[in-house]
Amino acid sequence: MSAAQLQLSILCLLIAPLAGCGLALMNAGLGRARNAAHSMTAALCAIAVAACVYFVCGQAFQSYPGGPAYFFSADGTIWNWIGAEPWLFRDLPMNGFAQGVPPAFLFAWFGMVAAGLTALIPIGSGADRWRLGAICASTVLLSGITFPLFAHWAWGGGWLAQLGANFGLGRGFLDAGGSAAIHVVGGLTALAIVWILGSRRGKYTSEGMPMAIPGHNAVLVLFGGIIAFVGWLGLNAAGAILFAGAETGRTPLIAVNTMLGASAAALVAALVTKLRYGKPDASLVVNGWVGGLVAGSAGCAFVHPAAMVIVGLVAGALVTLSVELLDLRLEVDDPGGAISVHAVAGLWGLLAVGMFGRLEAGDQGQFWAQLIGVGTLIGFVLPLTWGLNRLLNLAMPQRVAPDAENQGMDLYELGAGAYPEFITHADDFMR
Amino acid sequence: MKIAGFLLLPTGWLLMLAALALLSRSGPRSAFLLAGFAVEILGLVLFVRAHLAPKEDRD
Repeated sequence: MSAAQLQLSILCLLIAPLAGCGLALMNAGLGRARNAAHSMTAALCAIAVAACVYFVCGQAFQSYPGGPAYFFSADGTIWNWIGAEPWLFRDLPMNGFAQGVPPAFLFAWFGMVAAGLTALIPIGSGADRWRLGAICASTVLLSGITFPLFAHWAWGGGWLAQLGANFGLGRGFLDAGGSAAIHVVGGLTALAIVWILGSRRGKYTSEGMPMAIPGHNAVLVLFGGIIAFVGWLGLNAAGAILFAGAETGRTPLIAVNTMLGASAAALVAALVTKLRYGKPDASLVVNGWVGGLVAGSAGCAFVHPAAMVIVGLVAGALVTLSVELLDLRLEVDDPGGAISVHAVAGLWGLLAVGMFGRLEAGDQGQFWAQLIGVGTLIGFVLPLTWGLNRLLNLAMPQRVAPDAENQGMDLYELGAGAYPEFITHADDFMR
Repeated sequence: MKIAGFLLLPTGWLLMLAALALLSRSGPRSAFLLAGFAVEILGLVLFVRAHLAPKEDRD
């Protein structure tokens, strides 16, 4: 890795946390007013827990390309399955720029930011009913087991990254900006959390008809979407350089692709909602925008801008239709839309790399490498995260008491509301 | 149905891994990869349906 790549990665990583700021604002805005402070507090706690747990063991399990790892051999093929770094960052070289040494601290820094971002995603889905203590405990499992394990496979030189070298499948599983390791892992955890928590009180009638519970602040949601875009630019560029070996000269392409994917997705979301409901829906437009960012992350450095527009268009339509399908047909109460935005759009983005990726050499079989990655997320990560959170739920019930839902999470868990001078709507207490 | 769906998800994934490890020719390998993925989708459909709330549990 050249000095220019290292310096650019550091610059990009400095702005990457803005993606988390954006997601936290969106989660808060899409929830009820009486839970806004709880949502932001949960976001801060999740980031803090993720950072500490990643420091303790997450980085050890994730490792980095060329770092120590456990592997087994089957029929002459090496299966690299988990990192073998010492815990607590013990063997990381303090000087990240030493000659001939991989910038392990830089990888660890990226991993810490990514773990925090992953932990924020389920908070939007569990909004209005997920206890703060349970959020922290679930984040321990996510950032200590689920995220680092998959991140090692995709980013740390694990068996998914080696599909090209070992089985001749293109360049191996490609996930430059974190569509899989961050967003699909977070989105599938969100789905598991919603299944475990159940829907909010009053969301569905006895006939299964969903009731609209709109977010309390559209401005927070829209501002969150815009600020997330800035962070995404850094996240995609840093990820592409560190984990996909992109040259610094590709950074403008990454920025253009990031913007185009989001723009196409937002516009198609506006169009679809206009056609279906008569007017564009603000929350679905911003969800489409973020869905485009998510879908574009995987191939941001390897897809032509024209193809990225197609990726964004499909992502925007998928997010809009998926939100409706989950809410109306499948009774999945996801106030933040995180499952559609992060899991559904992320899975599409991963497959899109196999369809549209322009890889200089050896792109034969890239689609199959991407399909195996998608299969791993659905067939391994989803049962793992559901099983872990189900066990946690047995030891520590994750849903608040019915009284807390009526009173609001702010008052019940924090003792003070986000907007103490506002008049509380009567229906908040009547439900 | 929930347990069946839950078990089909990793089963499909293991089918994909087996195709990767045991088959070297691209045709059969691709077919088994698709078959494994199809098993996962079936498992996901069952798992999702199993989580639909029974009518008596609704508010």
